Amino acid sequence: MNCTTNYSPTATQATPAQFTTPAVNVVESKDQFVLEAEMPGVAKDGLEVSVEGRNLTLVGRRLTRSAEVSTLYREITARDFKRVFELDETIDTARITARIEQGLLRVTLPKVEAVKPRKISVVE
Amino acid sequence: MRLVRFSQPSFQTVNDPFDAFTQEIDRLFALPNYSAARHQGNSAFRAPAVDVHEDKTNVYVTAELPGLTKDAIDIAFDDRVLTISGERKLEVPAQDSAVARRERFHGRFERQLAIDRNVDRDQIKAVYKDGVLTVTLPKQEEAKPRQIEVSFN
Repeated sequence: MNCTTNYSPTATQATPAQFTTPAVNVVESKDQFVLEAEMPGVAKDGLEVSVEGRNLTLVGRRLTRSAEVSTLYREITARDFKRVFELDETIDTARITARIEQGLLRVTLPKVEAVKPRKISVVE
Repeated sequence: MRLVRFSQPSFQTVNDPFDAFTQEIDRLFALPNYSAARHQGNSAFRAPAVDVHEDKTNVYVTAELPGLTKDAIDIAFDDRVLTISGERKLEVPAQDSAVARRERFHGRFERQLAIDRNVDRDQIKAVYKDGVLTVTLPKQEEAKPRQIEVSFN
């Protein structure tokens, strides 16, 4: 997976400063990549995970706060989360799965069968 | 009357006057945005971002703590200071896998907030949902606004 393309230039230009970039961890194993993105305040309903061509787009929309309260101090940005990743050819886009648990989005990106290392047993 | 306990204002104004300016700078350099920078790297100690809200009956402190378990968060209230602390353990990948990217913070975190209201400390409650911790601090009776009727004779 090519992580150097974090943010597609077109997306940045179209919506300047509308989104915040979630921090991610990526772990690669022999048959898959697992991507974890921090999206606090995002529930399952606010999540949009899409693949278009070789681009994986993660969007997390925060729940809107009730207007009943008044704000005394604010650090948490109200912006929604967005990040675009360019997927490597080795990823089987049809089998990508995603789940969110306590504001942590976990995307599993399986590799295509052909690139998985295979052990060939030697017949005597 | 109560003396101000902390020299710095406990709560800042809602509208950050620099917010528009910061956004403009971010746009100029085409950075994703400034708040993302706060989450980068892995220092040994980190303060999570917080919001403070209030209504007539409660003060609400919310903190962004994604992907933790309930036992990993400690909350204490002492002498008008709310302390949220805990630890996010470093996840060591399995033997046959490798870390391709690590941006998420791991290690100890702590945040202290001076609560500039009279709070009923025995009734403080906390909920952890969608990676956001919400601490509800009920105001004490005398701190609630009271309507005083004027009687005419």
